[in-house]
Amino acid sequence: MSNSFGYKTKIWFEEPEADNPFAAKNCYCHGYDVYGDILSKATWFEYLFLLFKGEKPTAKQANLLETLAIALTNLGPREPSIRAAMNGGVGGATHAASLMSALSVGAGQCGGAHEVYILMSLWDTCGTDLELWLQKLPDPVEDKREDIWKPMEHAPGFDPNGVSCPTPVVQTLSALTKYDESGCLHFLQETRKPLEATTGIPLSMTGVSAAAFHALGFDAHAATMLYLMLRLPGAAAHAIEQRHLGWRAFPFYGEHIHLTNDPGKTELPNEEELGL
Amino acid sequence: MSIQDLMLQEKSHVTSMGKAFLCERVVMRGKDLHLELGDLDWFSLYLYSITGKRYSEEQLKMLNYIWVCTSYPDPSIWPNHVTELAANSRSTPSLSLMSGLSISEASIYGRRPDRRAIDFLINTRKAVDSGGKLEDLINESLKKYRIIYGYGRPLARIDERVLHIVKKAKSLGFDSGEHFQLALDIYKYVKQHKRQTVNVAALAAAIGADFGMSPEEYQLYLTPCFIAGMVPCYLDGMEKPEGSVFPMRCQSIEYSGPHKRSW
Repeated sequence: MSNSFGYKTKIWFEEPEADNPFAAKNCYCHGYDVYGDILSKATWFEYLFLLFKGEKPTAKQANLLETLAIALTNLGPREPSIRAAMNGGVGGATHAASLMSALSVGAGQCGGAHEVYILMSLWDTCGTDLELWLQKLPDPVEDKREDIWKPMEHAPGFDPNGVSCPTPVVQTLSALTKYDESGCLHFLQETRKPLEATTGIPLSMTGVSAAAFHALGFDAHAATMLYLMLRLPGAAAHAIEQRHLGWRAFPFYGEHIHLTNDPGKTELPNEEELGL
Repeated sequence: MSIQDLMLQEKSHVTSMGKAFLCERVVMRGKDLHLELGDLDWFSLYLYSITGKRYSEEQLKMLNYIWVCTSYPDPSIWPNHVTELAANSRSTPSLSLMSGLSISEASIYGRRPDRRAIDFLINTRKAVDSGGKLEDLINESLKKYRIIYGYGRPLARIDERVLHIVKKAKSLGFDSGEHFQLALDIYKYVKQHKRQTVNVAALAAAIGADFGMSPEEYQLYLTPCFIAGMVPCYLDGMEKPEGSVFPMRCQSIEYSGPHKRSW
């Protein structure tokens, strides 16, 4: 633990303004001048890749990341993390709270970021070995210790409630494969059907996303963070929309809830006795 | 789940956990909130919501003490630091406190070690009861994972809470619990043979296990436990001029990445 109250980093350094040691004059990301060079020359996804990987992407890598980001930008108002944000928005919660709720729900291991985390470890182990994938998918997490995360209830990367692979998933896989320099996405495209036949459930967006992150060379932590972040625009837009539409137009599930152990109706205190 | 099952779920959400009959009454885990649970203090209600059980007055004092003894109002502690930064950045009370609470579900402190500590004690207790030798079980775990959660502590040599929690457990009569004794036996062994210490997580987990909590129930019970220590940090951050706590000059960043280069 450093006693200098400074942070150690390989990502970022700053040169101070002459009149203020707490204000940066120049900021460098992995050695590149952010405001003097990157700002006018790089795209958002080139910079994003640099930030996480430490090096500029190839044109295909930048296209792959941007295409994945477009696919994840808005998964629609039925998706649980977006519904969470909408529940924040409709009540007029702070914008940060809506996004925090989207992050929390979208962190899970049923369609969420922890599913991607588990898949990244499987990609490291299995690579493009179909037999190994078929062997590992039913029991994907080797560390069996008690944990804040529950054991996986389905093969990661596949939809436990799906019937056939949804068209957007197929379209995303196809679009990403065009920019794949690693072979991972080609492998997934070629083996999707045998994998689905073995797991009994269809490929999902987490499966496609993890393959893309692995193809880009991201580690499990970067992939998980990016999978959390890249879905936030849709959460934000839908939260704002519901804020404007208002609670009267928003579903309320009260009548939908059925108790199995209802102790029965009781009387409220008497208004007159309370002088109300 | 099949499409047919999803369609059934679409029509009805069946639960035994609770429902608010708005304008009428509220049921929590089979009890009327206002009439049957209305005399409980909030802490007892919280425990009832987790376990569906009522705890004795002494048990509540013990469980309450575990919350009290981890309420450190010090902004150098990472979750509190987040809360204070949020306050000093003039964020809101809920965002400041919830961001601090959310990072309490950490790996080197907080909820993951807590969960693994109670699981280790429950399983070790069972193994010892089945004839296992404690030192073998300890060494097996250390060999496999290099750590027993609840023993050792980052940043500090000893855990000052240990003596307080043992004293409290003795005063309330919980020091003879099976898991509590086991936690102390483990401490005696790792102290003598591994030069390790015990921290509050082991003893608090032992109390949870002696009170019959599962790891899930135990984590839920502990989830808000740092919040009373965070509130003073929030207030401190709010009282100080905006953007002024823990200032860091540009040159305090210790950089070891690539040299300057052109895009």
